[in-house]
Amino acid sequence: MSEYKTIFQTISATAEAVVEDNGYYGNYGGSFIPEILVPAFAEIKEHFEAIKQDEAFWKEYCSLLADYSGRPTPLTYADRLTDYFGRAKIYIKREDLNHTGAHKLNNALGQAMLAKKMGKTRVIAETGAGQHGVATATAAAKLGLSATIYMGREDMERQYSNVFWMKRLGAEVIAVDYGSRTLKDAINEALRDWVSSFETTHYVLGTASGAHPFPAIVSYFQAVIGIEAKEQILRAEGRLPSRVYACVGGGSNALGVFQAFYPHDDVELVGVEAGGQGKGSGRHAARIAYGEGRAGVAQGFKTLFLQNNDGQMNDTYSLAAGLDYVGVSPILADLSERGRVRFTAATDTEVVEALEIIMKTEGLIPALESTHAFAGAFNDITESSGSDIFIINMSGRGDKDIFNVAEGLNDDEWKAFIRRKARQFEDGAR
Amino acid sequence: MMMNGKHLSGEKPGSSKMGLAERITVRQSGKPIQMMTHQILGYPDFDTNYEMIRLFQESGVHLVELQLPFSEPIADGPVFLHANQASLASGTTTKQCLEFAGRVVTDFPGLSFLFMTYYNVVIQYGIEDFVKECAAIGIQGLIVPDAYPEESHEFMEACRKHRVEPVLIVTPYTTSERLAYLSAETGGFLYCAARKGVTGTKTSFGKETEAFITRVRGMARTPIAVGFGIQSDQDVRFLEGKCDIAIIGTQLLNVLEHEGLSGVKRFLQTIIPA
Ligand SMILES: Cc1ncc(COP(=O)(O)O)c(C=O)c1O
Repeated sequence: MSEYKTIFQTISATAEAVVEDNGYYGNYGGSFIPEILVPAFAEIKEHFEAIKQDEAFWKEYCSLLADYSGRPTPLTYADRLTDYFGRAKIYIKREDLNHTGAHKLNNALGQAMLAKKMGKTRVIAETGAGQHGVATATAAAKLGLSATIYMGREDMERQYSNVFWMKRLGAEVIAVDYGSRTLKDAINEALRDWVSSFETTHYVLGTASGAHPFPAIVSYFQAVIGIEAKEQILRAEGRLPSRVYACVGGGSNALGVFQAFYPHDDVELVGVEAGGQGKGSGRHAARIAYGEGRAGVAQGFKTLFLQNNDGQMNDTYSLAAGLDYVGVSPILADLSERGRVRFTAATDTEVVEALEIIMKTEGLIPALESTHAFAGAFNDITESSGSDIFIINMSGRGDKDIFNVAEGLNDDEWKAFIRRKARQFEDGAR
Repeated sequence: MMMNGKHLSGEKPGSSKMGLAERITVRQSGKPIQMMTHQILGYPDFDTNYEMIRLFQESGVHLVELQLPFSEPIADGPVFLHANQASLASGTTTKQCLEFAGRVVTDFPGLSFLFMTYYNVVIQYGIEDFVKECAAIGIQGLIVPDAYPEESHEFMEACRKHRVEPVLIVTPYTTSERLAYLSAETGGFLYCAARKGVTGTKTSFGKETEAFITRVRGMARTPIAVGFGIQSDQDVRFLEGKCDIAIIGTQLLNVLEHEGLSGVKRFLQTIIPA
């Protein structure tokens, strides 16, 4: 299939457009790593440069995406949702239809392949919502690597179904029991593992953050989302969208869908952060939208972090575990500063409301993370007109969120079911 | 602010012009090894920090590493991680740490004090302001493991300007080319992390450590210190005559937590050469 080469060349050209050589994106990025990790990063940089030129690598990668993960994912015209608002035409990019139910697998497969190229036998990863953990465990199983996944204790409770799957997929899941017990703490713990294991182990970072070249690597492997979406919208509408919406945790799905549109100035790119309990509540993860993130260095890179005056990281909060991160991709911090990406936030309440609308109008169940992108678009939609086209990136499916959503919707029948189930297990144990 | 000179009252007149490396060299004569101990400021509290430092001076410690706590201490193992977080939870601020350091520098003139922290703490204070303040209170060196030297020009510059020495770290995995670079850039001494991993877990000191130290010695222009995983007097005896300074961190905190200040006193007596 000659299209492998085309896809690879497009990925390469698209990702190259945002990736700068020294690992800086304007004022952000860089590499602030302890000395012990210097050889690990040198090795990754060398192999990443090599695979960029390696046609066989991309051929295998594209064939895994096509035949294993199920790409291309569709771009669904949301006719009933469009009618519901009666404004912009809404299209949904269906990353939920990727194998394992989220965009995360695009990156996990690519990095697992990179790990093998480097001769590693083990991968480690951090995970918030569990989707990156499941994707890494899956890629490891498929490629014959062992996997250890770090997850904050709080996130394990919120996303237990993914913990269950990770373990069944053969990964070891380690609970992180300190700090805010969420994503940032899982990253710290993965780094602690890596400083003692880098000779055999690759750290599959799950998002476009961290020290150089991780933001570049993850952007590369996620670029496929936007490349497909652009081609699909041109086929469907004969023109580019007016806006593209994506939720932003670390920024991998947002950069994934944004990059292909990056050169087209008339396409507005909108990143939607976790507004949690709202501006001023101190309980959110809106680093850019609420203007509270300040430049700093942590976890190996420079970006906007939610921190206090002494540089200590604040606790973050969101209903969506995958958006609950204290920093943001340095690439997005730069794109925001340069006015290329607009940032907004959706609160938990807006997200739950949006979820109900999407389920009832389109029969889709987006992940709570992805629902932020929808809520962001819905908040804006009244100022759009029938001649506008919105693309919303549905980064993942919501099955994993059944407990949180049922709780959020205060669903009595579900609660009764859980009680029955618990009783059954207790009786069985007796 | 006028403490310059004062903290050196125990030393010979004129010695205030001495840099950290020179002080270490002067002090070295006849000693098998010097000791550097470590404290996380505000943990368990500043009063205990102070008492610990008093014990350090009494026991013949030479250098003290005061760690300013950070919420994401990625190079630290579980014991220090917990101490960092507990200190912050009890409300420790950078300002308090600087004030405390100013006090101990004055009260314990026999000791050389260094700060260890993470880069963001320095950045948020203001890089130049922080280094200037360190110089003013008599802090002689700074260990900032994530201020990757190639990326931290402003920090390195400020250190040079205010004559506070930036102590860089090397590991057994550091290539010879990089070792040459780091040896040239470091101030005070070269910090040799004896193994991979985070602080805390035991290092088995043996032929490999010896080969590593020999390799560093061949390159270094400053004294060299070895740290990470030193837990017993045997470890220190092993290092005697091989490097200039032995750094003891986690084990000291373990002893404090399990045996209190009197335990620390006994422990220091066993590890510090008479
Ligand atoms: C479905 C889904 N979407 C989005 C995210 C947020 O991550 P990012 O911003 O890196 O794409 C996550 C993270 O766990 C996720 O699971």
